[in-house]
Amino acid sequence: MSDDLSKPFTKSSMSEEEIMKINKERKIQVTSFAFMIFLTILAFIAVATETIEVGFAIPFILLLAVVQFFLQMYYFMHLKDKDHGWPNAFIISGVVLSTPALIALILLLGVTKY
Amino acid sequence: MATATATKDKSVLWDWLTTVDHKKLAVLYLIAGTLFFVKAGMMALFMRIQLMSAENDFLTGQTFNELITMHGTIMLFLAATPLIFAFMNFVIPLQIGARDVAFPFVNALGFWIFFFGGLLLSVSWFFGGGPDAGWTAYVPLSSGEYADLGLDFYVLGLQVSGIGTLVSAINFIVTIINMRAPGMTMMRMPLFCWTGLVVSILIVFAFTPLAAGLALLMLDRIFGGQFFIPDMGGNAVLWQHIFWIFGHPEVYILVLPAFGIISEVIPAFSRKRLFGYTAMVFATLVIAFLGFMVWVHHMFTVGLGPITNSVFAIATMGIAVPTGIKIFNWLFTMWGGKITFNTAMLCASSFVPTFVLGGVTGVMLAMVPVDYLYHDTYFVVAHFHYIIIGGIVLGLLAGTYYWYPKMFGHKLNEKLGILMFWLFYIGFHMTFFIQHILGLIGMPRRVYTYLEGQGMETMNLVSSIGSFVMGAAILVLVINVVYSAFNSERITVNDPWDARTLEWSTPTPIPEYNFAQTPQVRSLDPWFYEKVHGDGTMKPAEPMTDIHMPNGSILPFVIGLGLFTWGFGMVMMNMENTIVPPFLVIGTGVILTFGSMLIRSIKEDHGYHIPLEQVKKIEKEVS
Ligand code: HEM
Ligand SMILES: [Cu+2]
Repeated sequence: MSDDLSKPFTKSSMSEEEIMKINKERKIQVTSFAFMIFLTILAFIAVATETIEVGFAIPFILLLAVVQFFLQMYYFMHLKDKDHGWPNAFIISGVVLSTPALIALILLLGVTKY
Repeated sequence: MATATATKDKSVLWDWLTTVDHKKLAVLYLIAGTLFFVKAGMMALFMRIQLMSAENDFLTGQTFNELITMHGTIMLFLAATPLIFAFMNFVIPLQIGARDVAFPFVNALGFWIFFFGGLLLSVSWFFGGGPDAGWTAYVPLSSGEYADLGLDFYVLGLQVSGIGTLVSAINFIVTIINMRAPGMTMMRMPLFCWTGLVVSILIVFAFTPLAAGLALLMLDRIFGGQFFIPDMGGNAVLWQHIFWIFGHPEVYILVLPAFGIISEVIPAFSRKRLFGYTAMVFATLVIAFLGFMVWVHHMFTVGLGPITNSVFAIATMGIAVPTGIKIFNWLFTMWGGKITFNTAMLCASSFVPTFVLGGVTGVMLAMVPVDYLYHDTYFVVAHFHYIIIGGIVLGLLAGTYYWYPKMFGHKLNEKLGILMFWLFYIGFHMTFFIQHILGLIGMPRRVYTYLEGQGMETMNLVSSIGSFVMGAAILVLVINVVYSAFNSERITVNDPWDARTLEWSTPTPIPEYNFAQTPQVRSLDPWFYEKVHGDGTMKPAEPMTDIHMPNGSILPFVIGLGLFTWGFGMVMMNMENTIVPPFLVIGTGVILTFGSMLIRSIKEDHGYHIPLEQVKKIEKEVS
């Protein structure tokens, strides 16, 4: 059995329905990709044009980053799909563990240097 | 190509160098870990000789610093971690009813990378002396200005061995999530598997900051970076943060598998199921989570301010709650059980009170105002040795005596075992209990001598004598291993302890495919369930067929060697005059490493099959 694994397959083993689903999935991927590019451009515009004041630009960009992160994780890396419980659990624990560490470091590091 | 004899026509050495079998890798981990353990133990004895009397000059201060650094680094990274991995490797696939780990090749890779990383750290002795800035390598002590070549070996050796640890941890996660036998739900997994899973997750989240920190320190030391040099706008405290964000989870990485071993041994020899299984799993998860939220308790005296210190002090004390849950569950497991006090059980049950002592001093240290007194004294040394020796080492010893018959086909001698236990236990308390008091009267840690007439002579002498008793105990263990190998009765039954979990349903010795048919799991403690409610055999979950096995490979060894060469080349960049230019060595290492990866990627290797008749033959032989 294992000896045949290296030969190419002649025909797709997927059913019509599965192929349709894959195509739909592809459309979603492309759309979300385009949307993320759009968000990136927005972020650039926010700083480059200097029309928006800094006090607003920073939270705005952070907000965009959060949206990007969710799109990236859920649409690009398939966390929204079925049977992705474990990857979800890992990414979420990563976020939960690193956020307080990062916030603490940002708040603490200015205080004492040596 | 599908021949069952694929492993038979190899020489013994080649077989061990190329093996991808989790049981053989476990033995390799066990041997490597023991060697490093003995090496670091000798260093400890040297240090105790030096401290035996006031103003002793057995060692110079410089040698003492090197010994203290290497002792700590080796014990944590190269002894405790691989010994834990040895048991995880051997036991976890068996306990979840799998034929091997998810990626046998990666498993071998993890071992060899770890091993060569350890070697890289160890060769520092031949190039002007070991690292000397403590296992924590605080800057500026560890910066290019103050520390020599030894620290480059520290940085690169740990970087390489850390990659091995990370790789193995990811492999364990995938194995535990995907390779469980039918019916082995998460909440039916033995506690050792649970702690193995949680620890692997901790490794993924904790060793990555360490790798980043080491990379920064390497940039500082070898490439003239300024991350940690305050004069140039760097930040010395940053290193402490990064190190302890890794360092505190690391101490739990070591102790949680010991918890797991204890949770296997205590029910087996109390003849009762583990009390409060769900609470135990929950407590493990809570400990893992809180372990990441407390790193500042190592930095209370840095001066981060009262609010920061209070927050982290409270978080630290919080860990005592889930730990307490575990302690009581072990006590209630033993309560009313039919307890057999053999060596494994002696180690496991005495683990509980010693660990409590270490936990209590931990909570004492977590109180910020008094930590200003305790910090950097022998009190801290006593605290973590109570946890590391009284916890982790006793757990590992319990695991050794418990799983030895499955691993090597015979038990360890009980008389010698009990002698070892008492020597070890008495020696341990003699060495470390008195160090609490030494710390309280103000003896600083990591200082190579002390003055006469400060009331420290007697206590230090007692401590040193204790350490020799402990050394004698380890000697008895070594004698026991050799003695039992020749004189102990061979085990032919599956289950010499009448235990509860799946690994005891396999024949001894275990065939290389573990289970001829994947077992069907019907309850927690599946093997015990079948013995009581079934006919004493595991129900198969699949018909008997050919068994697909992975081929051995030398590539993991070569990749490890490549990383070693690469790392050594990097260290050479700081050497005064080298015979060959460093770039040549780095290049060789890079080619070896990536060349092997390339070969692995383009050469197809689908493994081989053990044909059905062969499986039947082997099964008849072992039963
Ligand atoms: C209830 C649990 C624990 C508490 C509250 C606790 C608390 C502390 C505190 C506050 C310190 C810093 C002391 C100082 O430097 O002044 C410390 C040091 C240390 N603890 Fe614990 N600890 C606990 C459990 C553990 C465990 C489970 C381990 C190991 C498996 C461990 C290993 C260490 C080590 C190695 C150090 C010294 C690190 C160094 O400075 O080299 N502790 N502990
Ligand atoms: Cu800690």
